[in-house]
Amino acid sequence: MAITNSYIQEKLTEKFGEQVTSFEETYDMLSFESPKEINLKVLQFLYDEPTLSFQFMTDLTAVHYPDQIGRELAVVYHMHNLVDNVRLRFKVFTDVNTPDVFTATKLFEAANWMERETYDFFGVNFVGHPNLKRVLNVDEMDYFPLRKEFPLEDQTRIDKDDEMFGRG
Amino acid sequence: MDHHVKLPEGSIERQTTTLNLGPTHPATHGVFQNILELDGERIVSSEQTVGYIHRAFEKLAERRPLYQITPITDRLNYCSSPINNMGWHITCEKLLKIKTPKRVDYLRVIIMELSRISDHLICNSIVGVDSGAYTGFLYVMQYRELIYEIYEEICGSRLTTNIGRVGGFERNFNATAFDKLEKFLREYPKVLKEFGDLFTRNRIFMDRLQNTGGISAERALNYGFTGPNLRAAGVDYDVRVHSPYSSYEDFEFSVPVGKTGDNYDRFLVRDQEMWQSLSIIEQAYKKVQAFKGAEAEVYHADVPEFYLPKKEDVYTKMEALIWHFKIIMGETAIPKGEVYQSVEGGNGELGFYFISDGGRTPYRLHFRRPCFIYYQAYGELTKNGMLSDAIMTMSSLNLIAGELDA
Repeated sequence: MAITNSYIQEKLTEKFGEQVTSFEETYDMLSFESPKEINLKVLQFLYDEPTLSFQFMTDLTAVHYPDQIGRELAVVYHMHNLVDNVRLRFKVFTDVNTPDVFTATKLFEAANWMERETYDFFGVNFVGHPNLKRVLNVDEMDYFPLRKEFPLEDQTRIDKDDEMFGRG
Repeated sequence: MDHHVKLPEGSIERQTTTLNLGPTHPATHGVFQNILELDGERIVSSEQTVGYIHRAFEKLAERRPLYQITPITDRLNYCSSPINNMGWHITCEKLLKIKTPKRVDYLRVIIMELSRISDHLICNSIVGVDSGAYTGFLYVMQYRELIYEIYEEICGSRLTTNIGRVGGFERNFNATAFDKLEKFLREYPKVLKEFGDLFTRNRIFMDRLQNTGGISAERALNYGFTGPNLRAAGVDYDVRVHSPYSSYEDFEFSVPVGKTGDNYDRFLVRDQEMWQSLSIIEQAYKKVQAFKGAEAEVYHADVPEFYLPKKEDVYTKMEALIWHFKIIMGETAIPKGEVYQSVEGGNGELGFYFISDGGRTPYRLHFRRPCFIYYQAYGELTKNGMLSDAIMTMSSLNLIAGELDA
């Protein structure tokens, strides 16, 4: 029997009560969030609970929302139950000044590089990660390029002919 | 009699050698660096360094309207660009709630399966090259060439295809494209059979590949393996079956699985998948031929807000010109929303996590790149093995630097 999104929601609320919030179903995928302190508990519960068994980590990434003060960075997990073929999206938010989130590497080897990539581009500090260093960018880099304050092109560059770029 | 020289105890220290394999090495087929600790020829430990061709695609995408992102996706897994292009278009269609006509879906399936064949063909023949058999590689290359010629008839380019549009194709397939497809369907089975005969039961090849670079199903799942590499370990997960897109549910095909997850099983799974792809293409071609009258001319969905108008109209008609600019500049409204869509790429589940805030460009676009996720396991796969087996493992994993580094 395939499990439904409302069943997953029911199970999670039963276990975590008020702590799991913002349930919504967008484009058939259930999405919810929890405080960042319990992210591992939620992932472990999703993994262990026999009727849920979200045991495959499809994707882990982050999103930067500079306007949401206090919850600027969202770490997004995409989980997959391969047996019943159900996917879900789980988010934890953290503020950008203390971006500490517990690592999921103990549960999923797959999270290792994905967390390194997320650290590399967003500066999320995965507490407990065995080897949290940059993976795609150079080690000497001192900024996190996928954050929104980092411009794609430096608008003040003077080595380019402005007329050619519509800024004349 | 013992001929070994007896050295006094403690006069020689056992030590390991550090070897840099890469960043550029002819046997790695891409830019990868592995720092290996070797005990003789045995690998004690290794560290992978990636990112040499990182191009910040996710950042670039935040400044680009939908159609300008398609060429970016070409450069992920460039051995099967059309799958990436169509995966991206299908993601957009999901966000925009566009329903594509069946004929478009079937045409897409034909192109996607052709790319899967060309992807697997390269991977498997490179496995041959790395184990010392060049012939297969040269022999099958002419059929990859034929596939590229089919792409050329449809979109004008070969490797980085930028094929299709949101809602369908830029033009209907012409007669030459179908002729070439028929030629492919006619001649390729024989070639694939011969290619298989050359390798599959070849004693040298088997000895070289079996029991090297193996992984159990549990570990493979934990490492986030997808695609042929996961199926070689015995898990029958295939996005085409689990979450069908582009009408894959209309086709009959089986999902080949391996058992040991070693290099040989990966080779066999890819080999069998090519046969399955051939059968899917045949079915799809039959379905395409079954359309009659006006239906046989359909090659895109009716979505004027996102589907670019015909070029000759753009040059001659004011309204078409306006729409062309509006679409290219991303001035048509995109709904707010978050969508995750994945397709079965050449080497695994290629996912697109697209967050739109209603602006002209994505607020955030993340590519789930199968290569990047399974390459983490390379250290574990090659540990305690021979250096020469590590080379085979690298080629049989089908690592594509473009996808790895994004």
